[in-house]
Amino acid sequence: MPLFDRKDKSRYASFSRRTLMLGGGMTGVFAVLAGRLYQLQILNGDQYMTEAEDNRVSQRLIPPPRGRILDRFGVELATNRRNYRVVLVAEQATDGIGAALDRIAKVIELPPHQKERVLHDLTQNKRFAPVLVAENLSWDEFARLNLHLPYLPGVQPDVGETRSYPFGPELSHVLGYVAAAGPDDKKYDDDPLLDQPGFRVGKRGIEKEYDGQMRGSAGASRVEVNAYGRVIRELNSLAGAPGKDVYLTIDRDLQRFVQQQLGDQSAACVVMDASNGDVLALTSTPGYDPNLFNVGITNEQWHGLVSDDHKPLLNKAVSGAYPPGSTFKTAMALGAVDNGLADLQVNCNGTLTLGDHDFHCWSWKTGGHGHVDLHRGIQVSCDIFFYEVARRLGIDKMEETARALGLGATTGIEIPGELGGFIPSRAWKLAKLGIPWQQGETLVNGIGQGYVLTTPLQLCMLAARIASGKAVTPHIAHEVGLTLEPRPEPAPLPFSEAAFEAVRSGMSAVTNDPGGTAYAHRITQAGFEMAGKTGTAQVRRITKEERQSGIRSEASLPWDLREHGLFIAYAPVTVPRYACSVIVEHGATGHPQVDMARNILLYAQQRDPVKLPVAYPVHAAEAAPKGKAT
Amino acid sequence: MTLRPYAAARGSLSIVDKLYEVNWGLVLLITIIACIGFAMLYSVAGGSLSPWADKQMIRFVVGLALMIGVACVDIRFWMSFAYPAYVVSMLLLIGVDVAGHVGLGAQRWITLGPLELQPSEPMKIALVLALARYLHGLSVEDVSKPLRLFIPLAMIAMPAALVAMQPNLGTTMILVADGVSLLFLAGLSWWWIVPTLVGIGAAVPIAWKFVLHDYQKARVLTFLNPESDALGAGWNITQAKIAIGSGGATGKGFLQGTQSRLNFLPEKQTDFIITNYGEEFGFVGCIALLILFAVVIGYGVQIAMSARSQFARLLAIGVVLNFFFYIMINSMMVMGLIPVVGIPMPLISYGGTAMLTVMFGFGLLLSVHVHRQVEIPRHSAGII
Repeated sequence: MPLFDRKDKSRYASFSRRTLMLGGGMTGVFAVLAGRLYQLQILNGDQYMTEAEDNRVSQRLIPPPRGRILDRFGVELATNRRNYRVVLVAEQATDGIGAALDRIAKVIELPPHQKERVLHDLTQNKRFAPVLVAENLSWDEFARLNLHLPYLPGVQPDVGETRSYPFGPELSHVLGYVAAAGPDDKKYDDDPLLDQPGFRVGKRGIEKEYDGQMRGSAGASRVEVNAYGRVIRELNSLAGAPGKDVYLTIDRDLQRFVQQQLGDQSAACVVMDASNGDVLALTSTPGYDPNLFNVGITNEQWHGLVSDDHKPLLNKAVSGAYPPGSTFKTAMALGAVDNGLADLQVNCNGTLTLGDHDFHCWSWKTGGHGHVDLHRGIQVSCDIFFYEVARRLGIDKMEETARALGLGATTGIEIPGELGGFIPSRAWKLAKLGIPWQQGETLVNGIGQGYVLTTPLQLCMLAARIASGKAVTPHIAHEVGLTLEPRPEPAPLPFSEAAFEAVRSGMSAVTNDPGGTAYAHRITQAGFEMAGKTGTAQVRRITKEERQSGIRSEASLPWDLREHGLFIAYAPVTVPRYACSVIVEHGATGHPQVDMARNILLYAQQRDPVKLPVAYPVHAAEAAPKGKAT
Repeated sequence: MTLRPYAAARGSLSIVDKLYEVNWGLVLLITIIACIGFAMLYSVAGGSLSPWADKQMIRFVVGLALMIGVACVDIRFWMSFAYPAYVVSMLLLIGVDVAGHVGLGAQRWITLGPLELQPSEPMKIALVLALARYLHGLSVEDVSKPLRLFIPLAMIAMPAALVAMQPNLGTTMILVADGVSLLFLAGLSWWWIVPTLVGIGAAVPIAWKFVLHDYQKARVLTFLNPESDALGAGWNITQAKIAIGSGGATGKGFLQGTQSRLNFLPEKQTDFIITNYGEEFGFVGCIALLILFAVVIGYGVQIAMSARSQFARLLAIGVVLNFFFYIMINSMMVMGLIPVVGIPMPLISYGGTAMLTVMFGFGLLLSVHVHRQVEIPRHSAGII
């Protein structure tokens, strides 16, 4: 090539050499790039694919509707209503959470304490998780909020469901209530639903007992989201299972009637089907409005409930333990007959002396009951007679008898927080107090004072067991999610039929024979008569000095020192169907509890025969053959 | 045909001859790569030509015309154009820095009438042109003489410093790499090269301690361990790696990439567009693209080797190296091999100035090819 000068030849040679070196370098870089691609896409491809999928797909929970609670006739006792609410997503509130809340407060009412709660909740939650700002909005508020939505970044209106108790306080102690899940609920329960804003869990009563079944399981919606968490489309969804309905054995009309009877007393009443243990009414007054806890209870309301001396938050029917007083004599009479004391005769002059201690009959002022046998002992509630029964039975037999009747142990009713009451024993006293059992204590406990404690529910069960002669146990849940609750045939009780007959005739005499302690309060309508047993439980000890100086009349005592009035009964006398127990705290004077029981039992028997509790809602029977319905 | 070399050596080819001499295979390759870019822009827009693919197509067509036009212009014109182009580019860079100080802080853009452009982009070509012209006049021995070496080093350092002040670390790196590579190819003595490399190695810890801004250090640290801040500064790298990696061997399929469509990818239509390509076409697609790039570079190297003047050789190889550095830095950045520095993928990323600059560069490369027989005397390297 003649055109190349010599200098350029050397430049060309150098250029070529170095270009080749550079080419080698470039090839090396490309090899590195290819190697990196191999590493990312082939070696770690699966891992990155998973990460991309995690990025893309977000699980959204669809809260299931909570199961309803219905009475035995299908009346809704707890149901769900629409709940207009507003939630805030922190990361979408572009100009700050404070500003967002201020702007919401201009549209709807937002008290300062609610603002504080929202701010607190926001710190507890992830920035993309919606936090509840306000709920149970009126339609007007909700509409106003939707109108202002374009100016409220991060704010989302939402329609949920919330629990509603149409009958308010009337069933509060049966149903309990629902409230937002707290840290305690989350400790043992990892259901993701608990983290959903506004989700409620059962806190008391049936709501708590059957929370698992009524909650249902969350549906899930797999949605594709973009980097900002906005939903692009739904990929697929998994239907959740709605919560199961719970049918109770409660008869709503009877429950209301009982509630009216108890009025504003601090009282409790249980009405039971004596043949199978179905609890038809269970009331503890005063109650509270369970809706308050769902909507959000104010401090004043809460303090009002806590400081009330009538204890509206206490379910006295199952969680209140009282000395049974003379109602306990029915149990002692059963034991007496079967332990060879059927023909026991006692002469009551008002006082029994044991060692250096005098034991009085309630009739001691009028000189006692005179000649008393078992029948009359129950009828007039003679303390001297039952002191003698107790003395002869001894504490061990007494304990055995009481326990055979189900006292001193929980009944197992489907309401959380039930107490088992208490039946004392030798072993217990020695272990607990270090002192051997005294015979005087046998006498006192024999008339239902001393250590003996029972709940109104247990007393109702006692009445039902005496009436039926079988080990009837109370139940309040009839059917959960179309599956009947197991209800085994009541076992026989270890007492002779003669013993039951003797006690029943004594209890019938209490109300139906002149001289009976509740004769004045009897049911006079033929065919509806009831049998019963009165009781009074002292809440303080009456001293000897008091007794000698003349006991102050009950009415002159402060309310909380007066005796409790108790009554157990069943009706009708001939073919017992309904058992009932009533306690009126500090209300023994004038036997208001007996009048209540009379009215309740009469009402229960006189209910429209078509609606009499003979059959449950038909669908239960239909569903049963299908087997497990889920 | 046999006469053409003589005509070519005199520089008297007709326009038809010149079009005939254009390396149409290279043009086809460039077009194929650009089409991959259109497809990706269509994909990241969620299967839509707007807002990116349509505009990019128009720019490419304009760029194609520019490229052919540049290819047909005599190589000696481009030699005389080199210094003015460098001076104008410098003025634009200064203008941007001044405007940036007055106006919007770190500013890479300048508005000239209806045009918005990034002066750092044309500077890459202007620097190559100017260096090629200067080095054309030097023999191998001359290059290593300190007084002769000072001028090209200053030609590299001035724009690099201005761009670094914007600040735009990626472009600074490319300018320096382009310039130093040309010095190397012109025959710079190893006595210069080896001690300099050693010195740089020693200077890195000092620079780390005293020179780099905190945000720059943070970027490097984030790069070294992106998962340490997966939702903050490490987000870009993490998501880019997830996108590429999730493509697997054969990819998720065209328009099936979820990372970009759902906005997990940052700068999905510009610097990080190749992550979407990796996600949708997988390892196979990525290797195919690398091969396409490699063939273009190979063509370029062959063109440079066949040119008869030092200016043409250096110009051609400079353009090719510029293209290569773009690819290298962008790929390494999105694959997490180097920190994020903001360099687009040539021909594929959305962006007007970069597209036109790259096409202009390819035009120069083709011009070298078309005028490969032209001889240029060494003394004509002087100013104008």
